[in-house]
Amino acid sequence: MTELLTKFPRRRTVLLASLLAVGMTATACSAPGEDRSSTQKSDAAVKTELGTDPITLDMYAETGFPLAKALADEFSKQHSNVKFNIREDQFTVIVENAPRVMASDNSPDIIRLPTMVDLVKDDLLKNLDPYFTAYGWDKFPASQLMQLRVGENTRGTGSLYGMGLGYSVTGVFYNKKLASQIGMTQPPTTVAEFEELLAKAKTGGVQPIMQFNKNTAGINFPHQALQNQFGDPTQVADWIFQKPGATFDTPAALKATQTIQKWAQAGYFTKDANALDYAGMVGEFQKGNGLFMFNGDWESANLDKSMPGNVGFFLFPTESPGGKHVAMSAPNTFGVSAKAKNPDAAAYFLNWVHTNAKAREISVTVGGSSPGGPSDLPVPSAAPNTVLAETLKASQQLGAENGAVDFTANATGGIFAAAITPEMQKLIAGQQTPEGYVKAVQAEYQKELSR
Amino acid sequence: MTSALGSAPTGRDDRRARPTPARAHRFRWARAAGTGWLYVLPALVMYAVFVLRPLVLTLQYSLYDWNGIGVARWVGLDNYLTVFTDSDLLKIIGNAIVLIVFFSFIPVALGLLVASMVRRITTGAFGTVVRTILFLPQVIPLVAAGIAWSWLLSSNGLVNQALRAVGLGGVARAWLGDFDTALPAVGVIGAWVLLGLCTILLVTGMSKIDPALYEAARLDGAGPVREFLAVTLPSLRQEIGVCLTVTIIAALASFDIVYISTSGGPGLQTTVPGLEIYRLAFSQRQVGLASALAVVLMLLVLACVLPIQRLSRGEKP
Repeated sequence: MTELLTKFPRRRTVLLASLLAVGMTATACSAPGEDRSSTQKSDAAVKTELGTDPITLDMYAETGFPLAKALADEFSKQHSNVKFNIREDQFTVIVENAPRVMASDNSPDIIRLPTMVDLVKDDLLKNLDPYFTAYGWDKFPASQLMQLRVGENTRGTGSLYGMGLGYSVTGVFYNKKLASQIGMTQPPTTVAEFEELLAKAKTGGVQPIMQFNKNTAGINFPHQALQNQFGDPTQVADWIFQKPGATFDTPAALKATQTIQKWAQAGYFTKDANALDYAGMVGEFQKGNGLFMFNGDWESANLDKSMPGNVGFFLFPTESPGGKHVAMSAPNTFGVSAKAKNPDAAAYFLNWVHTNAKAREISVTVGGSSPGGPSDLPVPSAAPNTVLAETLKASQQLGAENGAVDFTANATGGIFAAAITPEMQKLIAGQQTPEGYVKAVQAEYQKELSR
Repeated sequence: MTSALGSAPTGRDDRRARPTPARAHRFRWARAAGTGWLYVLPALVMYAVFVLRPLVLTLQYSLYDWNGIGVARWVGLDNYLTVFTDSDLLKIIGNAIVLIVFFSFIPVALGLLVASMVRRITTGAFGTVVRTILFLPQVIPLVAAGIAWSWLLSSNGLVNQALRAVGLGGVARAWLGDFDTALPAVGVIGAWVLLGLCTILLVTGMSKIDPALYEAARLDGAGPVREFLAVTLPSLRQEIGVCLTVTIIAALASFDIVYISTSGGPGLQTTVPGLEIYRLAFSQRQVGLASALAVVLMLLVLACVLPIQRLSRGEKP
């Protein structure tokens, strides 16, 4: 037995070594990855007819947001030859999977997209410019599709690579009962008024802001809302679109960060914000445990159901009275995979979503967001006295004021997870200074752009 | 064990062949050896494809700057240099080492205590109940354990309710969201999960100790403590070795509990290498750096576990 035990490991080592050698030679000859730059099919001819042949569109959509499925169902109802095969995942999972899923042989036709620059760089996304021309999407307000354009390593200009299934707007939801309790009769019109309300709530024993900051930094919502007001929002947009020379280290970002620090010290966020996730935040707000919640119109339909008549919405107020409203607003981006089997049908669907009356209605009632599309088409109305009607109105107001900016969290693929989230958690716990915060975010941004 | 190895091609033909050194016999043995290889072939192929190949690929990737899709760029040992110089990554490795205390030392120490207490009640229905309860955390999926504990430790969770009930409301806090308590709180979850495993292993080990040893110790006038130190502890050397090995690997390679309960926050307070490897590879698309960190983690695990293996085998032949 002893002999066996001493003998066996040596033989096993020999065996392992030989297998390892085989593995090495089989795999380690060439560098990993493939050059896909020449695999993109020609975009020359596109069809704008759906035809009558049976088509199955593969869609990769986001769990918890029923709009994509509702639109797909309606589309199949109107076009009986088209079926949908929908796979759903959490958004963060899609962010992580998208490049590999799209590089695979089973790449979906239509996919909910995270940040697009990397995907375009890797030739995984279909250039939609030919469809833009063929369908006449130039009739859409140009600002609507701006965020979906990717140029030479920047966003905001260049070719079109995505379309929105609804165009979301963000702002502040408030609990009407708690608002009247602290004497708030109408939404604040300036940042100073907003801060007065926060102070009043605090002294009145009402939790001023219910905001999550676990997993991903929900406090980045109020942070960017302030940043948009404290400086030129174009600066913010340039930074998000990776324009050369753009920096996060600006007086506006610093002042916003100082304000967030002040709010945290004053107890305007919950003490457990760093342990509160998104679902927890919405749950607490619905239970009436907070006056304000920074969030987007995707939550409107849900809030109308859970706290009917008791919830209101306003765009984040301006710094000076009568100033221009600026809000984070982004399309619920969907793109067509470069390897899509039915790119023409996918584009047809995206065009239909923006132009078909029934589809536009579904965008509003199910998605809670503005349907976008040509400016001459009417926006379907929501039921009166709902927060959905309020967010829809806010969305139109923002469009009229041309105040939409993208989220800073979308600036690069890793900026949210690698810098904004951990640094924001440190900031509100007093472990990071405002100066340190803006420098840390900018450092990560530069690190990612240099790769 | 012996019979299994006896039929395997371990090169013992010389000994077997000694009584009848006929060629026919040797031929038969060679054929038997071939059959043996055939039997293990499927397992070997699986092992090669799903264990060895990924291992080799990870080593290879760690030498490249690669986003997982496009063309990779050879960078040599740069990724390793980053692992050992980036202050964030060093802190993350440090977190894993702190977790060893909670995932490993505490469950083993408590396990020894609990095992010596329940040693005498291991038989009968009551013994089964005790064993089941102790082992339960091991059966629950780590994700479920993480979710349950994040409820317990939340600001209005059971732990804080209990503290407030006994007048310790001042101590109450969001344990997993607080910079000072997040890592220990994650450690407590790990200790809870692994305590059962350690206890069961140690109880089993204790049941094999010859009762005569205890009797002799008692005749020599040893009390319970002396008995524990002189008889129980030395006899459990191998079991403790196994416990330490399993739990240290669990600490260093932890992922599920951390991902669910804190996602590595607040800040980087509870980020562990397993989580960071996943983030680097899939969210930040730095497959090379992630692979380098994975290789370093593997070496760290080996560096911790191999000495324990050697020590626990110790004087035994």
